[in-house]
Amino acid sequence: MNQSVNSADIHKAIVEQQALQDRRKMMLNGALLLLLLAAPFVLYPVFLMKILCFALFAVAFNLLFGFTGLLSFGHAAFLATGSYTTGFLLSNYSGLTTEVGILAGTLASTLLGMAFALLSIRRQGIYFAMVTLALAQLVFFFFVQSEFTGGEDGMHGIPRGELFGLINLEDNLNMYYFVLAVFIGCYLLVQRVVSSPYGQVLKSIKQNEARAVSLGYNVDRYKVLAFVISAALAGLAGSMKSVVFQLASLNDAHWHMSGEVILMTLVGGMGTLLGPVVGATFVVNVEYQLSQGPLRDWVDPILGGIFVLTVLAFRSGIVGEVQKFVKKNLG
Amino acid sequence: MTMMKKLLTSAVASTLMVGGAQAEISGDTVKIGYLADMSGTYRDLAGPNGLAALNMAIKDFGGTVNGAKIEVVSADDRNSPDTSSSTVRRWVENDNVDLVAGMVASSVSIAVSKILEENDRLGIISGSAASSITNEHCTPNHIHYVYDTYPLANGTASAVVQEGGKSWYMLTADYAFGHALEGDVTRVVEASGGEVIGTVRHPFPTQDFSSFILQAQASGADVVGLANAGADTTNAITTASEFGLTQSGQTLAALLLFLTDVHALGAETAQGIQLTTGWYWDMNDEAREWSDRFMAETGVRPTMVHAGIYSSTIQYLNAVAATGSDDAQTVRQQMMDTPINDMFAKNGRIRVDGRMVHDMYLAEVKTPEASENEWDLYQILRTIPADEAYRPLSESKCKLVNN
Repeated sequence: MNQSVNSADIHKAIVEQQALQDRRKMMLNGALLLLLLAAPFVLYPVFLMKILCFALFAVAFNLLFGFTGLLSFGHAAFLATGSYTTGFLLSNYSGLTTEVGILAGTLASTLLGMAFALLSIRRQGIYFAMVTLALAQLVFFFFVQSEFTGGEDGMHGIPRGELFGLINLEDNLNMYYFVLAVFIGCYLLVQRVVSSPYGQVLKSIKQNEARAVSLGYNVDRYKVLAFVISAALAGLAGSMKSVVFQLASLNDAHWHMSGEVILMTLVGGMGTLLGPVVGATFVVNVEYQLSQGPLRDWVDPILGGIFVLTVLAFRSGIVGEVQKFVKKNLG
Repeated sequence: MTMMKKLLTSAVASTLMVGGAQAEISGDTVKIGYLADMSGTYRDLAGPNGLAALNMAIKDFGGTVNGAKIEVVSADDRNSPDTSSSTVRRWVENDNVDLVAGMVASSVSIAVSKILEENDRLGIISGSAASSITNEHCTPNHIHYVYDTYPLANGTASAVVQEGGKSWYMLTADYAFGHALEGDVTRVVEASGGEVIGTVRHPFPTQDFSSFILQAQASGADVVGLANAGADTTNAITTASEFGLTQSGQTLAALLLFLTDVHALGAETAQGIQLTTGWYWDMNDEAREWSDRFMAETGVRPTMVHAGIYSSTIQYLNAVAATGSDDAQTVRQQMMDTPINDMFAKNGRIRVDGRMVHDMYLAEVKTPEASENEWDLYQILRTIPADEAYRPLSESKCKLVNN
């Protein structure tokens, strides 16, 4: 009797604590949402959209790197495939509405992601990273050589068009809220994926692949699916980026871009949901602020220094460190 | 008919002048944004020293124009069209920038010119090579000032053939820019009575050129043409020098090479290379005098891009002063109507497609013995007249040209 009361109490306490945590999380997310909704009235919308596109790219990358433990060094290929496909379709077929172009770009990089995954998934660690890098370089070569991409000059003057044929995206505010909506949708999707049973399996693969195999999971299939989702979201980020900036360029396909997304994820905090978003915001801002100021000769060394510092001293990144701090002092 | 046209143009021009005199300089400030690669591959040829040239121009102009302040903002383009386009969008939409100057990577220039066209502001591109900037990508809102690939191919190739280099072997970077340059060079070489006896394409970018240089050497051609740019060109030249290509009687013709590249290579390595340049610091007294001032400021000799930034900024400010307006179209028209005669160019003029046409020069890199100091690098072999150098308007695909 006594015991069951006790366990009921404990259960209640746990539920209450969880509710408290959920409430806190809700409040945090609500505050963030308000901030994002109000942001374009204070800050420059195109800059905010750039941050959102890169944040989505980093979130996609983090699904693979932070939650599944697969370090892909070829994510630029998906970003570029998304942006070139969307750019090509919107520039050449004026009948298409913007969302169709974006969906087509996403689909193209999803298919490319499938191909990459099937070729690379059996390798592990550094070999996996190198195979993805090699494949991404092939894609880069294709984009350099192709006529339709404009080679070094890039693809320019992509029309933003009208969303569903109704909303004029030439207006920066309309464009911003569209990008924000897509971003939030994808963020929630990734959150759902990570907290689902499927996401738990991904985490177990990251922690101990051999054990996941011994429990009877077909690890390769789980990894391929994670890779494909990640590629699709990265492609979506690229597609939106091409519509926002009205251009697609080789920078998107260059391996520097694959490196940059690793930097964003690590600095923000890999394996946390908010980490890549914070990381992307941080890196884009640092680049922008430095490139305007007297330190602009030093952008790359400073970013490199931040990377080294993060890896050596703050391994869990900005969000990870904050979480640790909160748990230790306020939890 | 021509008389009629002339009368009409001058009538239009004078109306514009009158309109201009009434117009005002927005916000009583002329704001110039300098956008260039400040930290990457193209840092030396434009970069921070280009900003120094721009500031020199403003100082020489007097710091104000018709009583209005001249302000400068600057940013690193990181050779990225996205970074540049967001920077320039912010400049024109929020910060009221009137003129964007600098710009090196062609993808950056094209991206920026589209934004300038949307917002009706002016851009003067000094660093880019691509001739498409005033061809299929021309806009009424930018001017391409210093040089482009057309005279590079045209000037170098036809001049070298005339100097006796009849048989050519092409070393081409395997992407659109290289292919286009190779095509142009081949056309010019054949038209001038030479022939291209072989071609080898190298991946972009390439570190190790030894096998390509050996093939070129084995071909026995008089001239080895380098249809590539930047680090590829300097790598190829270094390798060629290690294999003694020029010493064994072949000529190297580089199509795109800056003074800073040659300086980095040194006269020992680069000797004997023929190239086309839009300007050279030691070419006349005016250029020398300006270069000395530039060197006192920055510690290095200016490239043609630095000189072009200085010259174009002065031209721009003169046009603003003459029209009393910072409206893009008014100023551009005034700049087109005024021939350019300064330390940079003699009788230069800006065409309707935005191309500034002026004489170009065929130069040869001096031998270490002939070179008196570290910057004494070129010997000017001949002048390529403006009309021969640039793509004629009759071949233009620009939407502003009625063909």
